[in-house]
Amino acid sequence: MKQAAKVKRQLEAEGEGRPGPVLVPPLPEPFASWFARRGWSPHAHQLQLLKLAEDRRDTLLIAPTGAGKTLAGFLPSLVDLAARHRTKPARSIHTLYVSPLKALAVDIARNLSDPVAEMKLPITLETRTGDTPPSRRAHQRQLPPDILLTTPEQIALMLSHPDAAHLFGSLRMVVLDELHALASSKRGDLLSLDLARLRTLSPELTAIGLSATVARPSELAAYLVSQQGIETTRFAEVVVASAGAKPDITILDSEAELPWAGHSARYALPEIYQAIKSHRLSLMFVNTRSQAEMLFHALWRMNDDNLPIALHHGSLDVGQRRKVEAAMVAGKLRAVVCTSTLDLGIDWGDVDLVINVGAPKGASRLAQRIGRANHRLDEPSKALLVPANRFEVIECQAALEAAEVGAQDTPPSRPGALDVLAQHVLGMACSGPYSADELFREVTSAAPYQGLTRHVFDKIVQFVATGGYTLASYDRYAKLKPTPDGKLRLSHPRLARQYRLNVGTIVEAPMLKVRLARGRGGELKPKSVLVAGRVLGEVEEWFIEQLVPGDSFIFAGEVLRFEGLREMDAIVTRGNSTEPKIPTYDGGKFPLSTYLASRVRDLLAVEDAWSRLPAQVSDWLRLQAEISVVPEANEMLVETFPRGQRFYLVCYPFEGRLAHQSLGMLLTRRLERAYARPLGFVANEYALAVWGLGDMGAMIENGRLDLAKLFDKDMLGDDLDAWLAESSLMKRSFRVCATISGLIERRHPGQEKTGRQMTVSSDLIYDVLRQHEPDHILLQAAWADAATGMLDVGRLGGFLQRIVGRIRHIRLEHVSPLAVPVMLEIGRESVPGEARESLLRETVEELLAEVMQHAARKH
Amino acid sequence: MLRANINTGTGMPELPSVILLAHHALKPLAAGAIYWEAEQTLIVADLHLEKGAAYAARGKMLPPYDSRTTLRGLAALIMNLAPSRIVALGDSFHTSEVATRLGMEDRDEIARLQEGREWFWITGNHDPELPLSIGGIVCAALTIAGITLRHEPSPDAATPEIAGHLHPAARIARRGEVVRRKCFATDGSRIVMPAFGAYTGGLNVLDEAFTGLFTRPRLEAWMMGRSTVYPVLARSLLPD
Repeated sequence: MKQAAKVKRQLEAEGEGRPGPVLVPPLPEPFASWFARRGWSPHAHQLQLLKLAEDRRDTLLIAPTGAGKTLAGFLPSLVDLAARHRTKPARSIHTLYVSPLKALAVDIARNLSDPVAEMKLPITLETRTGDTPPSRRAHQRQLPPDILLTTPEQIALMLSHPDAAHLFGSLRMVVLDELHALASSKRGDLLSLDLARLRTLSPELTAIGLSATVARPSELAAYLVSQQGIETTRFAEVVVASAGAKPDITILDSEAELPWAGHSARYALPEIYQAIKSHRLSLMFVNTRSQAEMLFHALWRMNDDNLPIALHHGSLDVGQRRKVEAAMVAGKLRAVVCTSTLDLGIDWGDVDLVINVGAPKGASRLAQRIGRANHRLDEPSKALLVPANRFEVIECQAALEAAEVGAQDTPPSRPGALDVLAQHVLGMACSGPYSADELFREVTSAAPYQGLTRHVFDKIVQFVATGGYTLASYDRYAKLKPTPDGKLRLSHPRLARQYRLNVGTIVEAPMLKVRLARGRGGELKPKSVLVAGRVLGEVEEWFIEQLVPGDSFIFAGEVLRFEGLREMDAIVTRGNSTEPKIPTYDGGKFPLSTYLASRVRDLLAVEDAWSRLPAQVSDWLRLQAEISVVPEANEMLVETFPRGQRFYLVCYPFEGRLAHQSLGMLLTRRLERAYARPLGFVANEYALAVWGLGDMGAMIENGRLDLAKLFDKDMLGDDLDAWLAESSLMKRSFRVCATISGLIERRHPGQEKTGRQMTVSSDLIYDVLRQHEPDHILLQAAWADAATGMLDVGRLGGFLQRIVGRIRHIRLEHVSPLAVPVMLEIGRESVPGEARESLLRETVEELLAEVMQHAARKH
Repeated sequence: MLRANINTGTGMPELPSVILLAHHALKPLAAGAIYWEAEQTLIVADLHLEKGAAYAARGKMLPPYDSRTTLRGLAALIMNLAPSRIVALGDSFHTSEVATRLGMEDRDEIARLQEGREWFWITGNHDPELPLSIGGIVCAALTIAGITLRHEPSPDAATPEIAGHLHPAARIARRGEVVRRKCFATDGSRIVMPAFGAYTGGLNVLDEAFTGLFTRPRLEAWMMGRSTVYPVLARSLLPD
């Protein structure tokens, strides 16, 4: 935090993102004529970047979609390579292009080969991803291309080979695409360490980062350069492309009644369908895969015109996704329902409308998505926001106002992860012996590890060598052994093979293939007659685990009937049921960004602003003001009221579901100690409701419950520790750290069958380690991950700080209008299927009746 | 066999607590051991001591505290039940090699536990040979009161048997919740015990490896709970 502030001051002093008067030379030949032939003239930022790269300055280019960002990133390499005298084939890579997505690397290679061919440039370019066959990879190491397009994991793999020095010895450029999506993640940490190593191998190299508009360019600018020491942070040059035309965004003002809770947006389907009909190609973004499945299914049910509408999300089979992408480019589709898999920079076809279903959750995310529409900078992108419930209307309005002023929010950077460092420490030993001093210097030159202490670094090296336990019984098996000249070397070549199988930071929940069986119905018997057919996609193991044969669910846009498991395949048939059980994937749930949350609070607090909201929503807020209060921007409202046999406490932090769930866990512990007898809690993006047997309202009024104490920041101390230690969250987080750091093997397809019996489960290791060595470095790493990623502890801390002295308690006789949405979350999770729907309906009616009764009595 | 006794007092069925094998009452414990009260015998299977060290030798540095965790669990049982005989049903060590390198502290703990009682180490496929230094009697199988105790269950066994080796576990689903636990698998003529070791997992009783061991309709999985063992009938069991 403190460092970020320092960085910011420094940047301001330097003049952040100066588009400055750099003397820009024109494009050299044959590029100038190539541009001219196409009727293009180079953008100013393209020329600026070229000049800076020629001067070997590391540079960050920030440009909106459609600004020729990728071409800008490659121009310096192409110009340099074209001018080069070529006598014999190169033995080393000139330019390394890194993308977060395999598909993006492949797509860019395709786009880049056109200009290379048209200008007849003597340049070879190839891709290398997890899908590249081993023979091809071996060939690439023998005879490397000039430009290699790849992913972070592949670079780590290449760097772990002894010939890395040879392969990258004359590397001139590294182009990091979509850097905003990579940095501030474990993958970004790994890439930063690899970049540091590449700089050691080729001190000449220049790094170019390409990024969409972000809130804090300084963090990305620091990521791109080699850091020296913790006193000062160094930054890359920043080139900012001029923003395009302002987007044209509208919020759907539906004729239908706005839902009080839920995320389905089903109510708006007729209007969405009309919007699709009146545009050429619409991209419909939703926040989760289950939403995508559900809405796609529902759209087809009303698709009387037989519009070609397709579905695209991360768990569909690759082949199927490619088909959809190709159809988009070919202009054969009218709409695609998709999740964040299409968020990143892939350019598909001529999209003229972006429909965003649900709240966008962050201003930057909205900007990214809107950028999908209309790729010409001079024309405005067109977007339609479809909020799924009343609170989301407010959130959409806040996001829209943020987009108008071009505001951005991006998660703040955090220190580099230690499990990733452990993986890297082993990987570097695989390429050859190293001195710990030199590796420490190299590692701390990567911005995420700039603040790493030597003490922690040494602990990680110890961890890699012997596990780093207090009981030092594994010395004889040490993986790293000292050499006579004071370096560390790998003790056995087998360890390098192990490392290469486990490289990378993406620890997927185990996935099962969903395979469509030919034949119909009937339970899958061990040697049944059902013939396994084509693969529809993959789904998380835990989801399938909940199903019993005969259950139906929606996947790949169809209602499927689960028949049983066969090895790693979930065998399904086409179901004939119409009320399927919908997959409730975890993936793709984004928390409300801090920035957007504060805009939402501001919007609520100013009554004049309500007129900008649909009448249904402003009426709702007015009713709230009448019955209770609408909180001021900087205060937190706490309402208490009895209902049924229970007493409720509802608070409105507006900090996102994750932070609210953590807060709920901690509050109930404290209420327990205060004898309020809490029974349970439920959270949504905006509010938290706790219920119990004690009358919390009365307790607050007569001083037996002190709200200031209840919401004191010290809850993040012992209470948090005690809760975490016993929660399954820590086990999940530990599994990820144990896998990335190489303590346990990744599960590879085909191994699972014997897996359960033979491998030691990470839960068992966690239990034993916590019992005997609770301070172990890996437990610390797991704790840090859980605290940031899954609990949003940092955000919770900021919130508790913000509300000190600003808690406003209102004691009510009945539920308030503002509380209705969160009250509706109660019981959602445990009652499945149609029963849940009718339960919800009943509950809405009941709650509203109470609100209205209360309002009537007041008059 | 399984029969819930109806306790007329509360109307709540009382869970059976012993497995009958050839009329002998064998009590499965939530900790994963069997206590044979009539014989004052405590039976455990698949301790896999020093599994951590065996992994470390292959480059996976698991926390080196598994042996002491396992022995602590065993010590607690011995303290409570004060058995006069202990039988470890094989695979007591993860490899014969690591058995020779057991740390001093753990070796002393075993010696302490052995004091004043009979101790049998049945050999298993993981530990076909055991060093003399660990005390007790090493044998391939043992018969007590007509019940044979051995490591690997033998489908052709003429007498009732108690075995280990397979690490049985069972899985059930109720109201969308899935529970998977280690279990004692039995059909009244054989018991396959769960693995006791701290780093041991479980293999689903419906897996092929169990084929031919149980008369399917009579199969029961006694699943390990926190403090109780819950008998579950075959028809409720799910594959992995």
